[in-house]
Amino acid sequence: MTRTRRIAGLTMAVLSVVAADACHKAAPAPAPVPVQTSAPAPNADSIRRAQEEAARRAAEEAARRRAADSAAAAARNAAAAGTVRATLTAAVHFDYDQSELRPDDRAILDAKIPILQANPSVRIRVAGHTDERGSDEYNLALGQRRAATVKRYLIDHGIADARIETISYGEERPVAQGSDESAYAQNRRAEFEITAGGQTLKAP
Amino acid sequence: MTRSSHARILAALLIAAVVPTAARGQDTTFVRGITLVGNYDPLRDKVGIVVLPVAGAFGDSVRTIIQRDFDFSDRFAVIAIDSADPSALRGQGGAGSGVNYPLFTRLAASAVVQITPVGNGLHVALHDVARARVVNVGDFALPGTGLSRDWRLAVHRTSDEIERWVTGQRGIAATRVAYMRGQSIRVIDSDGADEVTVPTEENGGSPAWNPSGTMLAYTTYGVSTSNVGSHVVLIDLSTARSRTLVPPGRNTLYLTPIFSPDGNSVIYSREGENGSDLFSVGVSGGEPPHQLTAGRGTVNTNPTMSPDGRRIAFVSGRLGRPELYIMDADGTDLNVLTDYDFSEKNYRSDPDWSPDGRLVAYQERINDRFQIRTIPVKGGTPKQLTDLGQNEQPSWAPDGRHLVLTSTRSGARQLWVLDTESSRFRQLTTSAGSRLSSWSPRLAQP
Repeated sequence: MTRTRRIAGLTMAVLSVVAADACHKAAPAPAPVPVQTSAPAPNADSIRRAQEEAARRAAEEAARRRAADSAAAAARNAAAAGTVRATLTAAVHFDYDQSELRPDDRAILDAKIPILQANPSVRIRVAGHTDERGSDEYNLALGQRRAATVKRYLIDHGIADARIETISYGEERPVAQGSDESAYAQNRRAEFEITAGGQTLKAP
Repeated sequence: MTRSSHARILAALLIAAVVPTAARGQDTTFVRGITLVGNYDPLRDKVGIVVLPVAGAFGDSVRTIIQRDFDFSDRFAVIAIDSADPSALRGQGGAGSGVNYPLFTRLAASAVVQITPVGNGLHVALHDVARARVVNVGDFALPGTGLSRDWRLAVHRTSDEIERWVTGQRGIAATRVAYMRGQSIRVIDSDGADEVTVPTEENGGSPAWNPSGTMLAYTTYGVSTSNVGSHVVLIDLSTARSRTLVPPGRNTLYLTPIFSPDGNSVIYSREGENGSDLFSVGVSGGEPPHQLTAGRGTVNTNPTMSPDGRRIAFVSGRLGRPELYIMDADGTDLNVLTDYDFSEKNYRSDPDWSPDGRLVAYQERINDRFQIRTIPVKGGTPKQLTDLGQNEQPSWAPDGRHLVLTSTRSGARQLWVLDTESSRFRQLTTSAGSRLSSWSPRLAQP
């Protein structure tokens, strides 16, 4: 139930109690009319109970609101850290049989640089991959070249050599199955793994 | 056996092979009690050969294996006969008169192999049908239990020796093929029997035999679950004991090891941060590896050495696309080997130098698929050997005539054996995903 609906329900209950009381006072003097037995007359106790109930609900509501606010804050922080992690581990992709960086690769790598600078204890491993075309063995070499190109770019932008490791899996670990250009394009990539310092990632 | 006696037998066999006969057809009975099985063409450059039924507990297996070895050699036309009446195969002149030469002449057989179990082995007599007499005999020990892996290898060695008696060239039945399937290295007999898994380290690949066939070199790639990086490993196949030949280096990938023909060194590719180069290191250790190429930031991988150990062919991406190069074993005198049809789209890789030293087999992308070609080392036009499916990773058999390769000609990637002379293909493996094969040298008895 949403907060608004809960408040509206509470207001309606209070109003109906007041309205019933007013009706009772406006009633004419005793008259030989049939005794009303179906609706019990409200009394002071019931009013007090309603007021107490309203107060209790309001207190509960406030507590709920405080809890929700702090959860939202935590979620916001986690989301921020998650974004940092996602940015740091976002893969870059390559053209067929190439190990040069494309312009979109550079933008992806540029976003990692301030994160690596803000988190100096973080170390990463860059794994180069290829599509399934080409020689199995040449592809392992090509994957290593891709990882090395990525590392070179990060080092050239001020990240310490010792923080970046490179490996290759060639065509051995495709991320997309299938033998079409869409699968090939997804598989020609360098992936990033955080190997140290990833527990507390700060946003830059 | 002397060379002159060889020549005489060969001459006799050739004469026998051109004698025209009516011996073609299927399941044709032409002598009472003798039935021909299967089709054969005795006049197609092959020696017509009969293996007589073999007595003893494993006699049928011995005969089946040897007949298949002869068939797979592509040098024989195996004339398979079933005999309800064994006496019809014997010489008709009574005891000691050999085999029924007139019958085998009619069947277009030039040679008849007569095998008798003796003790722990086989006694083999080779009959020359044209000369109507035994021209060679030999005894072959069969170790271990019947049908065991060692026993089968000994039967294959018997086939190979008989092939040498007849053709002057030893066969290749007693060989094995090492290859990858999934993430493990396997070894299978040349006839497709007895596949075993080699106990290798995680992410092992690119197996290569040493010249005596007792060891494999391979490399690992990526990083293992225990965080060990790429390195070069040697494994002794009889003891399954491994040792690291080149230890892991930071940000370094080792690839495509091969043994030099003398077995003393291993040549491999080392992918560093500034490109990849070929290196050579002694197998016994002691000296640091020495660099053979100056790759200038590109890929240099997949070495193959000439049988005399003087030259190396390899793949380089130095012109932007994988192309084959050739150089002296010390890295000097570098030239492009595949210097024809230069194009931006070229992709040539996976070279393997033929055992006779004349050719390099390799894969080339043609119409978006890899096909196998050979190119003469001393210059000349390349020859295309495949065109169905995608064909990759050729490796020569020790006879310099057959190749094992990875092919999708029947669908999934499998290993196939190609006879480069007749273009006959036979499927070697039956499990999908087999690749990166390396044909062993001829194997001695363990």
